Amino acid sequence: MLRLFALFLILALPAKAEEIVLGLSRDEVAITATFEGSEILVFGAVKREAPIADDSTLGVIVTVAGPDKPVTVRRKDRRLGIWVNTDAVEVDAAPSFYAVATSASMEDVLRDIEDLRYRITIPRAIRSVGAEVGDSSSYTEALMRIRADQDLYQMLEGEVDLEQETLFRTAITLPANLTEGDYQAQIFLTRGGEVIDEFRTAIPVKKVGLERWLYNLAHEQAFLYGLMSLAIAIAAGWGASAAFSLLRR
Amino acid sequence: MQIYLPIAEVSVNAFLLLGLGGIVGILSGMFGVGGGFLMTPLLFFIGIPPAVAVATEANQIVASSFSGVLAHLKRKTVDLKMGTVLLIGGLIGSGLGIVVFNYLKSVGQVELLVQLCYVVFLGMIGSLMFVESLRAIRKSNKAGGATVPTRRRHNWVHNLPFKMKFRVSGLYISVIPPLLVGVLVGVLAAIMGVGGGFIMVPAMIYLLGMPTKVVVGTSLFQIIFVTAFTTMLHATTNYTVDIVLAVLLLVGGVIGAQIGTRIGVKMKAEQLRILLALMVLAVCGKLAFDLLVMPSELYSLGAGGGH
Repeated sequence: MLRLFALFLILALPAKAEEIVLGLSRDEVAITATFEGSEILVFGAVKREAPIADDSTLGVIVTVAGPDKPVTVRRKDRRLGIWVNTDAVEVDAAPSFYAVATSASMEDVLRDIEDLRYRITIPRAIRSVGAEVGDSSSYTEALMRIRADQDLYQMLEGEVDLEQETLFRTAITLPANLTEGDYQAQIFLTRGGEVIDEFRTAIPVKKVGLERWLYNLAHEQAFLYGLMSLAIAIAAGWGASAAFSLLRR
Repeated sequence: MQIYLPIAEVSVNAFLLLGLGGIVGILSGMFGVGGGFLMTPLLFFIGIPPAVAVATEANQIVASSFSGVLAHLKRKTVDLKMGTVLLIGGLIGSGLGIVVFNYLKSVGQVELLVQLCYVVFLGMIGSLMFVESLRAIRKSNKAGGATVPTRRRHNWVHNLPFKMKFRVSGLYISVIPPLLVGVLVGVLAAIMGVGGGFIMVPAMIYLLGMPTKVVVGTSLFQIIFVTAFTTMLHATTNYTVDIVLAVLLLVGGVIGAQIGTRIGVKMKAEQLRILLALMVLAVCGKLAFDLLVMPSELYSLGAGGGH
């Protein structure tokens, strides 16, 4: 009913010249005990009422972002001959995961001013306001470098297949070291570097089954969970001892 | 086979964890150390978050120590009386240690303190034990293989009040030195996040004059309770005990501990001590190396919000 209402609303609005119609291979990601990462296929089409009038190039940008979290970036320096953490910069909010895929090179599909407004590229997706150290950019660079090494930040220029300026598709690989939360998938349609339409949808990433149960128990029944861990430890210790004395006989 | 750990929130190879648990378990059974000082850095290395590694390691040590202590109980090489005295000291010490730890955390640089603690204590104990064991081996070689018991020395330790008889260890000494040793080990264990066996074992041999055969079992006995206490503390305050990680480590660990205990019994006390000394020195060297050599990545990431 609500969806139907929403549909009417959309139809009632004045139609844009070009619009995104989107499909996702999965609308949620379940983290099970044997989770090894996941791939999300983002595909869709550009809907238009009239034939293409504009001759500037059409661009498609797909981003998938994990939940924003504050991060402390520390730098080591040599003090009295040993390497110790000396300075730290607090990054207010950085996505725990961020992938951005484009249909051509970034400068061809997106203008800087638009990037600033929509926070599309990786440096723009990280918010660092209260940086007190002078060269704080080197800290955010380090953050991006470390996360990129762990496949948590992915720059996929030209990875979106765009056919006849209508059909597009790309695959985003989620690594195994994911954190839980609502992931945001955003798709931007650009003409000459200007965003002409955007579409966003949430992909919940959740632990399920045993993982969910253990996580909840650890947080809600911490004492019981601790006792259970100890009981398992004692039982395993006793079991191994008993098994070995049987073996020796 | 990859396994996703629910608390650590990383995916790791199950067989790697089983293998690591097994190796550390063997060492634990042989030397009476919990193995935490080896396992915790190894877990950091494979990408487990430090807080989870320290807490889960405590739980795993409970299992391997329990398995080891059962083997020692059968052999009657556990001095329960001495163990209890050390334990009382240990619990007082870990309580103090946690206070110290939290204070240093509020000041900052707790990570550095832990590393320096490791380097200093491992280095000191390792080199002392190494030199002493070498001397003992030389002496026993000269005497044609017959070891001369030298532990009946009388020093200031024997002039203190509150004397108690520890039959299994063959000692009649004051309870003050074992209590103090317990407290000291407890403090260090809480700060460094380990069971403290690698400090406890040499302290029992050299400060209390206990026979090496009894030391291992007694140390394990005491470690069970101290690490169980630590596990509960971490589980209820930081929620950082990962039970899946613990199970994988302890399955390898308990089997390893059984094998280790059997190897340990077959070896001479001096050989056992020299091996432990070498191992302690190796870990110390690695940690010192990390502090002295410029790291390839100068920056590190931590959870934000808390200073």
